[in-house]
Amino acid sequence: MSTETKLPFDKEYVNSFSKEMGEPAWMTELRVNALDQAESLPMPRPDKTNITKWNFTKFEKHIVASDDYASLNDLPEDVRNLVNLESADQNLYIQRNNRPAYISLSKEVMDKGGVFTDIFTAARDHGELLQKYYMKDGVKVDENKLTALHAALVNGGVFLYVPKNVEITEPIQAVFIHDDKETNLFNHVLVVAEDNSAVTYVENYVSTVDEAEGIFNIVTEVIANANAKVVYGAVDTLAIGTTVYVNRRGVAGRDARIEWALGLMNDGNTVSDNLTNLVGDGSYGDIKTVVVGRGKQTQNFTTTVVHFGKNSEGYILKHGVMKEAATSIFNGIGKIEHGASKSNAEQESRVLMLSEKARGDANPILLIDEDDVTAGHAASVGRVDPLQLYYLMSRGVSQQEAERLVIHGFLAPVVNALPIEGVKKQLTAVIERKVR
Amino acid sequence: MASTLTIKDLHVAIEGKEILKGVNLEIKGGEIHAIMGPNGTGKSTLSSAIMGHPKYEVTQGSVTLDGKDVLEMEVDERARAGLFLAMQYPSEISGVTNADFLRSAINSRREEGEEISLMKFIRKMDSKMEYLEMDLNMAQRYLNEGFSGGEKKRNEILQMMMIEPKFAILDEIDSGLDIDALKVVSKGINEMRGEEFGCLIITHYQRLLNYITPDHVHVMMQGRVVKSGGPELAQRLEAEGYDWIKQELGIEDETVGQEA
Ligand SMILES: Nc1ncnc2c1ncn2[C@@H]1O[C@H](COP(=O)(O)OP(=O)(O)OP(=O)(O)O)[C@@H](O)[C@H]1O
Ligand SMILES: [Mg+2]
Repeated sequence: MSTETKLPFDKEYVNSFSKEMGEPAWMTELRVNALDQAESLPMPRPDKTNITKWNFTKFEKHIVASDDYASLNDLPEDVRNLVNLESADQNLYIQRNNRPAYISLSKEVMDKGGVFTDIFTAARDHGELLQKYYMKDGVKVDENKLTALHAALVNGGVFLYVPKNVEITEPIQAVFIHDDKETNLFNHVLVVAEDNSAVTYVENYVSTVDEAEGIFNIVTEVIANANAKVVYGAVDTLAIGTTVYVNRRGVAGRDARIEWALGLMNDGNTVSDNLTNLVGDGSYGDIKTVVVGRGKQTQNFTTTVVHFGKNSEGYILKHGVMKEAATSIFNGIGKIEHGASKSNAEQESRVLMLSEKARGDANPILLIDEDDVTAGHAASVGRVDPLQLYYLMSRGVSQQEAERLVIHGFLAPVVNALPIEGVKKQLTAVIERKVR
Repeated sequence: MASTLTIKDLHVAIEGKEILKGVNLEIKGGEIHAIMGPNGTGKSTLSSAIMGHPKYEVTQGSVTLDGKDVLEMEVDERARAGLFLAMQYPSEISGVTNADFLRSAINSRREEGEEISLMKFIRKMDSKMEYLEMDLNMAQRYLNEGFSGGEKKRNEILQMMMIEPKFAILDEIDSGLDIDALKVVSKGINEMRGEEFGCLIITHYQRLLNYITPDHVHVMMQGRVVKSGGPELAQRLEAEGYDWIKQELGIEDETVGQEA
């Protein structure tokens, strides 16, 4: 079968779009070459989920026009709850479809020489810095058709740069709002933490439209250099009808730590690929994921930790709740490369099924090419325990409330790991809405 | 007026096998009853059937609370009607804190908009925990998760004291308790004593009854109450075991499934 695809936007378009955005030559070139490659590269193949019929390549609009938000009070209700409306001194980026609609940078970040800006401004004003990391050690352009298409068509995103020896105490927050049904988003998030730095970044993808057929092709790269620490929280709540490819990648240097807390709550079909490369000796990766699937959506969650460095530690914890006729595959992969001695790869996947029609599979995979390591996995797919419900109900709570308690309890380990209180509350509310 | 819990000719089967074969018992508010009996004679089955455990099927007889049909009610309705069961083996529920759960339980008895205030709840919980000599951090631990056997039992009594039921059935609340814990748990139960509170204590040991003097003592064998008496009955059982009752009644094997 040929993988040739006729793409909706051609070289001329990409070239002139890049120029119009004032991008440096290297980026224009990267886009144009990527478009070339996108034509022939194969689609990604998430294990056990067939996505050949999913539409990731045919769409009408590359950019939709959106207005800025004059003040935070103009934000949609759902978003207002996420952010601190009062603080003037905070790190907050709000993007409306493709448009950087609001940005605020704290005095702390400015004084310490940090960069936090939309991806277009980053390309214009911090071109050299961006070039050093953009689609180099994290996600590469030619990994598959979707990464190449992403590189060619990036039309949103942020760049966060933390210089050497800088610790940013306040969390950095980004909110990507989807409020136009015609939006197709190729969002690129690049987080670079230089040696001995530390930062917490939290993002939300929020649809305020009820239903839309848009394509979301999202790439995140987190580069944690020697002894840096990055805490990355995300809550995705994209609407039913959307088709989502979200590739979140981490690269940890010597003694670096990357901690992910991901609330994957999209209502559309989603491929979520989260991979952490533990490159340096003594590096550490911790991935916590919660998922609630409902309706007829099909989702694939593949979480991978690859150990290259000696004494590296990787922990994967995934909890999923499946209701109605939702289908989800949870692949957990711990890979220890030859030479990564004394490493430890642990993973746990738990799936709770709330209906007969729902499907959930947990596939733990350990690939180990080194003798002197430790590794472990646990996986289960089950239903709400009737004895637990009986116990709770015997104290007077209704069956519905008892189920709610059990489900929230089941998802708590990840929800509690989210670093911003507002985002944690919002995730709890989303879960509440979805499991009811 | 004091409440009455009435059990009449109760027959209960589990997975098609009849375990209880006609239990009769009446407990009034203000009374403490103790049920004793050898292993496997149907004591936990009785308590589970009264509470509405999903695996137990009532095949005959009735359970009423002040004339209302308990067997018609769902488990949560029974609880809200005033029944409480301290289970022999309480469930563990991950991710749900003791405090959150108890607040839900209390609020389930109140109208919407009339929920207990957080301050009032915390004060009540703190004072009950102190009374039961529990570590206050237990309020924020996940419900029974990783609790020791004794801690679980104490936590059941804490729940009882917070919920203040009309009738509590305590299934082997004394099992696995050290002597200090036994005293504390007894103190909690005695604290509840009053006209508004009736209690059915299932136990194997007289030592609990040294702290809580029962008004009535019953002996179960073969899925029935085979003998009833006052506190002296428990003392005699402690001293002499069950053989004399078996002889008196001509019972060879006291477990269920055996006929007299
Ligand atoms: N799920 C079950 N399937 C089959 N038999 C059961 C089941 N549960 C209980 N039984 C049987 O019912 C009988 C009574 O059990 P029950 O738990 O009521 O005894 P008990 O008097 O509480 O004993 P103990 O003092 O040991 O707690 C026992 O013979 C037991 O094996
Ligand atoms: Mg028992």
